[in-house]
Amino acid sequence: MIEFEWNWAFAWEVLPLLLDACKITLQATLLGSVLAIVIGLLLALLRRSKWKAVGYTAYWWMEFVRSTPLLVQIYFLYYVAPEWGLNLSPMVTGVLALGMHYGAYLSEVFRSGIDGVDKGQWEASIALNLSPYRTYRDVILPQALRAMIPAAGNYIIAMFKETPQLSAITLLEMLQLAKIMGSENFRYLEPFTLVGLIYLVLSLVASTAIRQAERRFPKEGFTLS
Amino acid sequence: MPLSEIFDVLSGGALVTVQIVVMALPLATFMAFLSGLLRLSDHRSLRWTATVYVEFFRGTSALIQLYWIYFVLPFFGISIDAITAGVVALGFNIGAYGSEVVRGGLLSVDKGQTEAAIALNFSPRQRLWRIILPQALVGMMPPFGNLAIELVKATSLVSLITIADLTYRAKSLADMTLQVEEIFGLVLVFYFVMAQVLTLCIRALEKYLGKGMDRGGLT
Repeated sequence: MIEFEWNWAFAWEVLPLLLDACKITLQATLLGSVLAIVIGLLLALLRRSKWKAVGYTAYWWMEFVRSTPLLVQIYFLYYVAPEWGLNLSPMVTGVLALGMHYGAYLSEVFRSGIDGVDKGQWEASIALNLSPYRTYRDVILPQALRAMIPAAGNYIIAMFKETPQLSAITLLEMLQLAKIMGSENFRYLEPFTLVGLIYLVLSLVASTAIRQAERRFPKEGFTLS
Repeated sequence: MPLSEIFDVLSGGALVTVQIVVMALPLATFMAFLSGLLRLSDHRSLRWTATVYVEFFRGTSALIQLYWIYFVLPFFGISIDAITAGVVALGFNIGAYGSEVVRGGLLSVDKGQTEAAIALNFSPRQRLWRIILPQALVGMMPPFGNLAIELVKATSLVSLITIADLTYRAKSLADMTLQVEEIFGLVLVFYFVMAQVLTLCIRALEKYLGKGMDRGGLT
């Protein structure tokens, strides 16, 4: 019979290992966010394209990626990419999957952010004879980005909380390590509880930070809704 | 393996996925309304309990909750089969997100409605069920629809605790036949179709609930 009281000795033994694995989790989240922002921005711009076909393709791509499970997308990349001659490590697969999945979500945030920029700003850019590239880089995006920070931040926290799914393709992040520790010692209580608590603390800290940021940004001159 | 056979095996898995959705959706809805209402309660202890539930399930990740319920609860003498673990974990997780929707929806109903109901001598219960909720529901439907899709997507996680759902069957078929492109491609289409059907249902429900309302929701 396995006793089911909390075992502090085991918890202290597992904790440093989990915190070490947390670096992998954070790395995947960070790289995934960068990719998601790039993809999201690209999709948002494609949806504004002059050519209707491009806009539709971008829309349906977003819709498709958003309504299918991340886990299946992870498997798809992990199993199908080698068929196409790409041998990706679990980490690279994970970052690509996270980036693509949340890029689709972020594109919607970016789109509404760009739509929220006052029409006069576009007209002024034309009047000043700015190129489309400079219009976006210097006029539209800096204004749109501020309004997007809270929503985008929430999606990045959501991404962070979905990184445990990368354990399914053997990435040694926190949950995978906890599972291994659990099965080796026949004790799941401490490793799984600790992983849960680490996630809880980190996501609470992150969402508090976003709320603070939201409060601090100057609102005048920007349409936020 | 011919494509038609793959299709058959995956259809069986899709059925399991649908079953889990059908069981978890009512639980999620119940938890969402219960905690959403409790968070607006006058009693501090009830408010706190609901807040702890919501923060806890939103702050940790769904897969960890699933593993915790499936692997850790048996240590406390509560043995639970995989399906129940999956339904409970997903229902509680999505319910916590839904709680915010319920709370926001109730708060968005014009204050004058509450005042009018009090003036007309409605009891608190009538006020909630007859006046506030019917109006709040219309605005809650679009975010609930999104959450329902999140639930369908999240059911794929139960494949990791050995339930033979769509994702589980896809993975074992892929390991067996190595026809990975067809299998995973088909599975993605399966999920996409399920999500689209669900969206249509929610739209219909939204229209039904919005009947007789002057304004069309709260977007």
